[in-house]
Amino acid sequence: MTQDPNVEAQVAPTEVGANAAEAGDRAVMTEPHDAYSDHEVITPHAVDGHVASRLDPDAPAVLEVEDLKMYFPVKSSGLVRRTIGHVQAVDGISFQVPKGGSLGLVGESGCGKSTTGRLITRLYQPTGGSMMFEGQDLAKLSNREMKPLRRDVQMIFQDPYTSLNPRHTVGAIVGAPLAVHGVVPKNKILSRVQELLEVVGLNPEHYNRYPNEFSGGQRQRIGIARALTLNPKLLVADEPVSALDVSIQAQVINLLQDLQKEFDIAFLFIAHDLAVVRHFCPEVAVMYLGKIVEIADRETLYSKPYHPYTQALLSAVPDVKQAAIGGRRERIRLEGDVPSPINPPSGCRFRTRCSLAQEICAKVEPPLLQIGPRHKVACHFAGELGQHPVAPVTAGLLGVDDHGSPTSSGPAATPLTSGPGYEKEWFDVKSRQMTSGAAG
Amino acid sequence: MSDSSPLQLSDRPPEAEGHLLQVEDLHVDFHTRDGVAHAINGVDLHLDAGETLAVLGESGSGKSVTAQAIMGILDMPPAAIPTGRILFRGQDLLTMPDEERRAVRGPGIAMIFQDALSSLNPVFPVGWQIGEMFRVHRGLNRSDARSAAVRLMERVNIPAAKQRVNAYPHQFSGGMRQRIMIAMAIALEPSILIADEPTTALDVTVQAQVMDLLGQLREESGMSLILITHDLGVVADIADRIAVMYAGSIVESAGVHDLYRRPGHPYTEGLLQSIPRLDMKGEELFAIKGLPPNLLRMPEGCPFHPRCHRVRDVCRVDEPALREVRPGRRSKCHFAEEVLDE
Repeated sequence: MTQDPNVEAQVAPTEVGANAAEAGDRAVMTEPHDAYSDHEVITPHAVDGHVASRLDPDAPAVLEVEDLKMYFPVKSSGLVRRTIGHVQAVDGISFQVPKGGSLGLVGESGCGKSTTGRLITRLYQPTGGSMMFEGQDLAKLSNREMKPLRRDVQMIFQDPYTSLNPRHTVGAIVGAPLAVHGVVPKNKILSRVQELLEVVGLNPEHYNRYPNEFSGGQRQRIGIARALTLNPKLLVADEPVSALDVSIQAQVINLLQDLQKEFDIAFLFIAHDLAVVRHFCPEVAVMYLGKIVEIADRETLYSKPYHPYTQALLSAVPDVKQAAIGGRRERIRLEGDVPSPINPPSGCRFRTRCSLAQEICAKVEPPLLQIGPRHKVACHFAGELGQHPVAPVTAGLLGVDDHGSPTSSGPAATPLTSGPGYEKEWFDVKSRQMTSGAAG
Repeated sequence: MSDSSPLQLSDRPPEAEGHLLQVEDLHVDFHTRDGVAHAINGVDLHLDAGETLAVLGESGSGKSVTAQAIMGILDMPPAAIPTGRILFRGQDLLTMPDEERRAVRGPGIAMIFQDALSSLNPVFPVGWQIGEMFRVHRGLNRSDARSAAVRLMERVNIPAAKQRVNAYPHQFSGGMRQRIMIAMAIALEPSILIADEPTTALDVTVQAQVMDLLGQLREESGMSLILITHDLGVVADIADRIAVMYAGSIVESAGVHDLYRRPGHPYTEGLLQSIPRLDMKGEELFAIKGLPPNLLRMPEGCPFHPRCHRVRDVCRVDEPALREVRPGRRSKCHFAEEVLDE
């Protein structure tokens, strides 16, 4: 397979596809198909290395998101539907996705992770902020200006049962982007579709079947084929495996990893399953109520999380290994539910469920502070589990005392990192000094 | 309905073997337009008082159908139970008259479902729905039923139960709705609670809360729990024994720690290897190839052989039996010892 499948589509022989479609081999469709025995899933890729992408700290960012906001208006009932409030679904998040890499976005339902995905694919128009993709701000483009860029930013949806039109054949679904964008001549569309079906491990001869003839895992493969059609540079995968059975999940994850390697696609991988995200993404951001509370490389986030929410989230994941040795792990229990995003708590949004919360947390919102070479956290009492500091680490930087009241000295001169990327210098939580790592 | 149920459950002498629930050679067929689908092919299960059994399987493995057959809520037709016995305290539920069977549901065996929102009636307050249990089965009047509902809501840790007893299901979050379902199920203090994917639609933090609650209620009341799930991780903390189902049969059953330490069937082996784990460096993920078989057209021999990574010639022609391979462990594989010893 070449790096650019579009190029190959033009040289590949086309008679299989075009003729079969014209002949209208409808007989195939009247027969009852059997999703289970009929559609052999073929694996065209080498079985040996399904390897997740690694973290390349020097890779240029393909997407830089800064201070992204999405507020959905809440309307009053009645004749005059006034706006009476806003759901702050995403409230000022910044991150970057490196070229060919993957960033995981995890959090509970309602934390804004899916909204973020839909903002990046511009299914929603953001309320504020910027999303820089190849020198252009996706947030500011009109729908017409957006169209050429949609080739580069594609999406895989969660539910393979509702994201495919039941009345369209697989060929029509996968081929639609080609027709819309006029990438390949009409008579070549079919051969490209068949090629794509083969890439995702489906039988290329099944292009004229309907989605209901496929199983869940196979439908997800169709969704993946559709997303790949235009050779995207960035794929937003919104819970791509959560609707699938365990044994099928592994197949789809391996497929996504193979495709990423083969076509050098960057992923924004949205999921609630922390284990899947750890497996797939070298870098992970944790969201809570519209904010990123912690973002770090995989090793740091999973072994040494600094935010109490990340710690609680990780401890809630059921542990198969513990069961094997007969142990039961201590859990950090989070009480209650996520508060309403219409009227989020003041200061730190997590404070209502946080065991560390103090006065300062209600008064001042903790900034997303860089505390390591690739580690940012938004907590006044950031620290490893069981070693959270007694006094807020952020007080000096924000110009407040330990209870959150403003002091006379004002905020520190050192800039608080809130951009999408990482700085060379960061704030060391233990010494409470700026450091570059080389000295300490 | 009067409060004296026609079946005095507690008066019944326990079965000689002592199993609270025993399922023997259960078969369930579904008659469809395309033929007969054998959803369950000879399931044997037993459950003792106070025990927690997890039934693990993918969609279509027959785990939910087994639960529905035990509960007696299968739609017949299209479903049919050609053979099998389901003994509850020694009484065969399948041959019981409907009237008696209805009396078992609730005080004997109760069930909670995966999707709490669609299992609750949207037009009645939750307190009314929980109280219905007491009104119908115990003949309590409305106000007594209501205060009983409040007590139950407190028992399942719903905050401000008194204020929220008149709230409607849509006013509760997913985790709270599942608690309401649990409250309804435990209202009549059942001996067995069947939980069909109780946490699948929930977030991990809420999932942990609900599983803790189930564990706590089990400790308090001494009821037995049948936990039906597709998630290997969820059951690890709470179950005593696990039965793994595949294509309508139990392929392996074992104590939970034994099973996780060393699976005794290639399917379980594949499942355990195919889940990404938090503690795993996990660069390579093992995937079980292919798809579960179509129940209308089961493969010859072992139903798992087309997907098995240990398949041999004998597997293609000869279906293995579920047999005891170690004390307390059963596996439905010709080469179970090999899987275990490796």
